[in-house]
Amino acid sequence: MSATADAPPRPAGPGAAAADSAPRSVQLSAADRVSAAAWPAVAVLAAALVLAPVAFLAGGLLDPAVEVWQQQWRTRLPGELLQTAGLLVGVGVGTVLLGGALAWLVSAYRFPGSRILAWALVAPLAVPGYVLGFVVLSVAGYTGPIQGSWRAAFGQTARFADVESLGGAIVVFTLVLYPYVYLLARAALADQAGTANDVARSLGAGPVEAMRRVTGPLLRPAIAAGAGLVMMETLTDYATVQYFGVDTVSVGLFRIWRGTFDRDAAAEFAILLLVVALLVVAVERALRGRARFGQAGGAGAGMTPRRLTGWRGALATVTCLAVLVPAFLAPVTQLGVWAVAEAAGPRGTPLVSRFGGYLANSLVLAVTAAVACVVVAVLLANAQRFSSWRPGALAVRAATAGYGLPGPVLAIGVVLALVALDAALGLLGWGLPGAVATGSFVGLVYAYTIRFLAPALGAVEAGIGQVPDEVTASARSLGRRPAGVLAAVHLPLARTSVLTAAVIVGIDAIKELPIVLLLRPFGFDTLSVWTYNLASESRFQQAALPALAIVAVALVPVLALAGYHRRLGSRP
Amino acid sequence: MSFPYRRSAATAASAGLLLSLGLALAACGAGGGGSEQVVRVYTGRHYDLEEAFARFSDETGISVEFLNGSDSELRERIAAEGEDTQADVFMTVDAANLAEAADEGIFAPLDSQVLDEAVPASLRDPENRWFGLSIRARTIVYSTERLQQDEVPTHYADLADPAWQGRVCLRDSSNTYTQSLVASLVANRGEEEARRIVAGWADNAEILANDVLVLESIADGRCDVGITNHYYLARKLEEDPDFPVGLVWAEQDGDGTHVNISGAGVTTYADDPELAQRLIEWLATDGQATFAGGNHELPVNPGVAADDLVTERFGTDFVRDDLNAAEIGRRNADAVRLMDDVGYR
Repeated sequence: MSATADAPPRPAGPGAAAADSAPRSVQLSAADRVSAAAWPAVAVLAAALVLAPVAFLAGGLLDPAVEVWQQQWRTRLPGELLQTAGLLVGVGVGTVLLGGALAWLVSAYRFPGSRILAWALVAPLAVPGYVLGFVVLSVAGYTGPIQGSWRAAFGQTARFADVESLGGAIVVFTLVLYPYVYLLARAALADQAGTANDVARSLGAGPVEAMRRVTGPLLRPAIAAGAGLVMMETLTDYATVQYFGVDTVSVGLFRIWRGTFDRDAAAEFAILLLVVALLVVAVERALRGRARFGQAGGAGAGMTPRRLTGWRGALATVTCLAVLVPAFLAPVTQLGVWAVAEAAGPRGTPLVSRFGGYLANSLVLAVTAAVACVVVAVLLANAQRFSSWRPGALAVRAATAGYGLPGPVLAIGVVLALVALDAALGLLGWGLPGAVATGSFVGLVYAYTIRFLAPALGAVEAGIGQVPDEVTASARSLGRRPAGVLAAVHLPLARTSVLTAAVIVGIDAIKELPIVLLLRPFGFDTLSVWTYNLASESRFQQAALPALAIVAVALVPVLALAGYHRRLGSRP
Repeated sequence: MSFPYRRSAATAASAGLLLSLGLALAACGAGGGGSEQVVRVYTGRHYDLEEAFARFSDETGISVEFLNGSDSELRERIAAEGEDTQADVFMTVDAANLAEAADEGIFAPLDSQVLDEAVPASLRDPENRWFGLSIRARTIVYSTERLQQDEVPTHYADLADPAWQGRVCLRDSSNTYTQSLVASLVANRGEEEARRIVAGWADNAEILANDVLVLESIADGRCDVGITNHYYLARKLEEDPDFPVGLVWAEQDGDGTHVNISGAGVTTYADDPELAQRLIEWLATDGQATFAGGNHELPVNPGVAADDLVTERFGTDFVRDDLNAAEIGRRNADAVRLMDDVGYR
């Protein structure tokens, strides 16, 4: 792909435009009115589809389970809120520091191994949180070999850091989730934030001043978007936190739902989670700042890295490895050791003969979900661009609500919505055949689109947001309709972000468990379902091979993306 | 026309292609099967099902397809699917979900002499809507290295005694087995007494995330006693016969050891209820050894022997709490609230 192809279409000369546009201007404005109304309509429609399942859950709010709330408020809810807040803040701060600093390091400098490390640092994204959580507890928990040798050396009562704790959970989430921040920050640095930094430096700003006044503000949207994703993922997790004995609101929700069978009260707790998610979004928006940054003249060329040599270079390399080893290399090695031991053992790994089927199902689902999410995200991001209608903008924000719900809750909402749709169609005589409504691939992709729209939209918006309004405006004034501007201007300029969005959704979809477990059609087992089947009866080490398979498959898009970033970086 | 336009058209085309490919593949995956007899099972149980179902198919010519997941979510799915559900049989690993499913009208009552004879009354629904198929005993485990046989507590309430402060490992309150044990305490001894016991546990115990961790923590010296399901210890002993944890059957001079069940029922909207009933009948009789024994669980059918390891190491001649599983299920929500109230995490 040549550099010329990446450049935006050059505005035609003023003479040509005037000669061409005069006779067509009346016709154009009529079409404009239609499409100006169509874009916010797209946003509202998408939001309605996304929110339908949420609405079914929230229906119970009209008749709230007051007693349950009172009982929980007296007992565990205050503690759960505190632990949730502590976890969110800890993981948010941890991922911003880790992801931001590493992105800066590999973008601004060259050091031994920096090219390989730059893409390898994305790899932890391929490790599901529940897998790293289990490995960490097995190895570093009380019953693991590390603490075992510690006690053997220093006595049975020798003190050791409490791994099964809020702190332990924060470390695990930070290690698997920092790549979100890292990826988005790197994409921004490869584009305009990096270029601007170089310009600021060449104009005489010191590194600190350039960061504070130019690069920092340009990076902020990307880092805020990444941190927002990270906090949502953390908020809705319930498996990993339970391993670590952290009592969050999600854990409370599941205790009420599965333990007291009170679906309505559980749905109300899900709405509480949504409120927390909205707070996260509000904070993220505030952090992005009011300013919008666009740069005339197309995508930036990224920054010119400086070479670090001697001990500085070595320090940079060691810093990257210090993250990569505990987040990826060590746990994957441990999984490998277990997988080999199990395969060689008397039982072997169950169902390994069906690996091909599991793999195919995972891939089909991930690709379809990624395409669906990105298409919807691109439409929504553009709807915002082409229309300043406030309800439309609000609808776009509301459409990301699915990310603030734990998977199983969302899945139940989807089932209820699809059943209602089926019934409504039935009244019109178009009933869906059989259980198409629930246990179908379409329902599954629908649920995934709702769940992962937020990360896709975050990435796409970050990219399209960097396209200056002036570019959009000139393209429009030159006679392109919004759809044409989208295809000819926005998508090419934001292609890194669009690709990033697809990859993030694809990886998330491969790792995702609770929704596919609940909504999949008969026979549609994926790699994560296979892992669950072995891990659910606490036979964790048997699950090592399927867990490794998830990591391996999720690594492919991760590496593809990293490779793409690298080509961007070396572009003339 | 500039390059970018054509490229994005190509992108859109390939995206569409991938999408249709995905749908086509999914359709292939979902299709298949002809006029042969099939029973479809939604199951919260995973382990060793394959073998039992394969044997059933060999013996009867009826094939079994199953969709696994967790008890409560599958129950919600069947309830929401209503008449459209593909499930002919719903199988769980816990009595409370069976009782709840029956209350929600998911199960149709069965009139089966085979099941009446095979499954003891306390292990099935009084209205015959679901039947226990294997027994999971939740009892006291202890360190064989640090405790003498006569020091081992034999009552659940003993673990609430201040003498055991800091020496107990228990599983968290989100877990269905913990909930059902507490539910049985509420049913047997009343709310007041159950509250006192659970509060004592909360004072004494390290609360852990699963039964395997409880066993390993006892082996590693973090605590001396705990409560787990019996088959988790059986698995450990199968891997390592010298694993330094032993088991006592609790409450032998009182209500008997608390047992939960893995069980199943035929769904209200089953396509072919007779086939579904045959599967459950087979699991309760000819299939018992494979179904229960594969995971070291105890058979419900008194005429079937437990697997060798359980028989030799634990002994199967113990008094079982014969509180009806439906009663335990009914108290489950109370048990959860009680644990919240006394601060048992």
